[in-house]
Amino acid sequence: MSLTYDDVVAKYEPVLGLEVHVELNTNSKMFCGCSTIFGAEPNTQTCPVCLALPGALPTVNEKAIESTIKIGLALNCSIAPFSRFARKNYFYPDMPKNFQISQYDEPICVNGYVDVEIETDEGPKTFRIEVERVHMEEDTGKSLHVGGATGRIHGAEYSLLDYNRAGIPLVEIVTKIVPGTGKYAPEVARAYVAELRDILRSLGVSDVKMEQGSLRCDANVSLRLIGAEVLGTRSETKNVNSLRSVERAIRGEMIRHAELLNNGQRVIQETRHFQEDTGLTRSGRSKEQAEDYRYFPEPDLVPVAPDAAWIEQLRAALPERPSIHRKRLQEQWSVPDKEMSAMINADVLDVVEATVALGADPAKARGWWLGEISRIANEKDSAIKDLAINASDVAEIVALVNSGELTDKLARQVVEGVIAGEGKPAQVIASRGIKVVSDDSALMAAIENACAAQPETAQKVRDGHIPAAGALIGAVMKETKGQADAARVRELLLGHLGQSSN
Amino acid sequence: MIRNSASEMASKLASGDVTSVQLTQAHLDQIAAVDKQVHAFLHIDTEGALAQAAAVDLKRKNGDKLSPLAGVPLALKDVMTQKGIPTTCGSKILEGWRPPYDSTVVANLKKNDIVILGKTNMDEFAMGSSTENSAYGPTHNPWDLSRIPGGSGGGSAAALAAFEAPLAIGTDTGGSIRQPAAVTGTVGVKPTYGGVSRFGLVAFSSSLDQAGPCARTVLDAALLHEAIAGHDPKDSTSINAPVPAVVAAAKAGNVKGMKIGVVKELNGDGYQPGVRKRFEESLELLAAAGAEIVEVSAPNFEYALAAYYLIAPSECSSNLARFDAMRYGLRVGDVEGASAESVMNLTREVGFGREVKRRIILGTYALSSGYYDAYYGSAQKVRTLITQDFNKAFEIADVLVSPTCPTTAFKIGEKADDPLAMYLNDIATIPVNMAGIGGMSLPSGVADEDGLPVGFQIMAPVMKDERMYSVGASLEASLLSKWGAPLLSTIPVLAGSK
Repeated sequence: MSLTYDDVVAKYEPVLGLEVHVELNTNSKMFCGCSTIFGAEPNTQTCPVCLALPGALPTVNEKAIESTIKIGLALNCSIAPFSRFARKNYFYPDMPKNFQISQYDEPICVNGYVDVEIETDEGPKTFRIEVERVHMEEDTGKSLHVGGATGRIHGAEYSLLDYNRAGIPLVEIVTKIVPGTGKYAPEVARAYVAELRDILRSLGVSDVKMEQGSLRCDANVSLRLIGAEVLGTRSETKNVNSLRSVERAIRGEMIRHAELLNNGQRVIQETRHFQEDTGLTRSGRSKEQAEDYRYFPEPDLVPVAPDAAWIEQLRAALPERPSIHRKRLQEQWSVPDKEMSAMINADVLDVVEATVALGADPAKARGWWLGEISRIANEKDSAIKDLAINASDVAEIVALVNSGELTDKLARQVVEGVIAGEGKPAQVIASRGIKVVSDDSALMAAIENACAAQPETAQKVRDGHIPAAGALIGAVMKETKGQADAARVRELLLGHLGQSSN
Repeated sequence: MIRNSASEMASKLASGDVTSVQLTQAHLDQIAAVDKQVHAFLHIDTEGALAQAAAVDLKRKNGDKLSPLAGVPLALKDVMTQKGIPTTCGSKILEGWRPPYDSTVVANLKKNDIVILGKTNMDEFAMGSSTENSAYGPTHNPWDLSRIPGGSGGGSAAALAAFEAPLAIGTDTGGSIRQPAAVTGTVGVKPTYGGVSRFGLVAFSSSLDQAGPCARTVLDAALLHEAIAGHDPKDSTSINAPVPAVVAAAKAGNVKGMKIGVVKELNGDGYQPGVRKRFEESLELLAAAGAEIVEVSAPNFEYALAAYYLIAPSECSSNLARFDAMRYGLRVGDVEGASAESVMNLTREVGFGREVKRRIILGTYALSSGYYDAYYGSAQKVRTLITQDFNKAFEIADVLVSPTCPTTAFKIGEKADDPLAMYLNDIATIPVNMAGIGGMSLPSGVADEDGLPVGFQIMAPVMKDERMYSVGASLEASLLSKWGAPLLSTIPVLAGSK
């Protein structure tokens, strides 16, 4: 008795709550001077403070506070004149102090919002997501459970601990409850996370790489009967590591909840883990025997009291909001809505912008990134940004086409070569021997050969039947192995047969 | 030589009468002779101390500019990290751990070429008033070996009284420097909170802990105070301001025109008659030296002890969570198939003593959801009220005074099974920590009824630590001229003592 999504939204209203964790890209950790570079040898980026050796004390990373205030301002929050760190107490081997320094009842930023626009049946519609708080905390270390079937601690033979991540600055952005999105809930959530990611990237405060965990989303979902006031029981889905997964996880949870409710069962308030392969969630720990974190103000740190003038300085220096930036680009490039959405969905807007900035025509730049390059990415099942081609490569290729040194067809070969790791465009052209045949005498010889081989076709053209030229052009291109400029071949051929090329 | 004050030793070093190696060796010999009876030390770093002493002697020979206490030996409370030297905090759970880094206090001691003899005994994680809670056995009071030397810093105080070291470092969360000083006839100072860095001080209660100097004279304490104090960027609660001029104040010892406030609530019922008598005498001496004695009231001090026993355990329950066998220290139950959780549980079960467990449980309870407001929240309000009481009192008086402890040293074992009776020992010292101000204890004589030392407490406003030294030095001078010799010259001589 599997429900369809339409059945679910016909009966129930989803209510969302989104918690996004962002790893800041500061050079040093939140409370000590250790490096934050991703991927270092385990336990090489640690010190007495982040290993919680007896006697060590935390000190606050000023840059992290600055980044957090910038985030708060960009999300239209009020910045608290006085905020405090608090200890969240619980035991876990990858948390060296067995408490996490976080913020509790006195966060640094409160009461903001983010507007997101999505396509609905009635056209584009804006949803306002209210932000309850933005606060600072530190990341935990990483546990690697070895020997268990699922990489979980349960059933593992032993566990390895890497404290390199312990103490990396994290910012948590928590929304208020988000009602009123109806059937668009999964898309609104996705658009919200995408917008956050764009804002954070524009601020330059985080790498925002979901796949590396520098941006992580926990999605709270509950259902209530349409028209009901009382909120349903929520589940919290963790490990949602891509925009697509945000959408899938919420959709999946909505269906799971509805099935339970329709069967007269209750939804258990619990943490669930999203599984990328199935798109389903599995039960984590139950929150009904909620852990008591025994929060209390962190006595080792003085309260954060940012200077009002400094906040205004940061506000004045905020970059253009990504949504406004996009509107401006769309106007400058005269791009239709659909194409714009296509670029945003394919996550190529910034690379197209960079390509244009390097002198490429916007339409051409867009064409390459959305066309050939996207196609190859799809083939390879890889993200466009992970391909070995960048904005300057594409700008160079566009320029070569413009100057006639490459044809579109040859340019595609160059793109392919660059992506295949054969080097920069010039290297690919050289090593593959790609060259436009622009020597007219060589072309003329090929044209004469073609006409001699197909005398009847040549006669038709002489008689004014221009479309017949296609077969001769094809033969010339074949003989020149596609390296000739087809337009030039046509021009020369028609002249040779006594016709104007126009 | 070992009976001299630290400043006398420093003069002899400066004049070349003695070398630091000789001085250090003399103290190591005294430790070897008497510490079996006293048990002030948990670890003696003979090699390191002599090497440090030799280095200072070389610097002196080369004509380097040296700090006032350069070459003078010191005993370090085992709650401070010193690179490569065992640091146990009096607990089994840290047995064998050698810190890879120096606490800021130790770094400052080394910078000042003060020779570190070793680590002194203490109540486990500084929780106690008798040093009986040390996992390594109690320290004995050199005045009477059957009695406690106070706590938690009983080892540091006993080392001074037994002439095993002329200087020591203590830490004071509710009286752990001042109460041991009082019951051993020595001087102990808890500086203003934030005056001395806590970096490398293994935390018991972060918002109350403060390291400070222990010595046999007020001037020695001041010299050590200046050596270890000052702003430290590694401790964000450290005060970014110049160190109060404590040495100058101790040298002048001038109380003329100062108003000294006697705290009504910290005297009277519950205070031993001999303690009260010495206190009254000291007030007369200070008045004779030109101070004006006034009475002040601090009505909320009544709640200080109760509030302290919510705040300190709450913070300790969190601070001591890191002792989980994962990265350092004791590990119990790490057998094939054991989970991390069971290793943590077993290690903490075996590694912590009764008093530590009692406080962890108390604190965990006080912070629990549903109880937080009633316990931790209320205690914080009391803390604010106590601070306000002090502020009002300091509008009337420049410093406040009281007996340091209600009684003289009690017998080892006497209160071991009665934690509440033990806690009451700190009734006069705790308000100082709650308000983050400075407090000093110095000897005011011995109680008539038992012949044991009595402490006189001086309290000064935040970062006005120099006032304690003015008053302390004045009283010390008056008492010295009355007695004709320092109080410690009357201490029974230990068997084998040099």
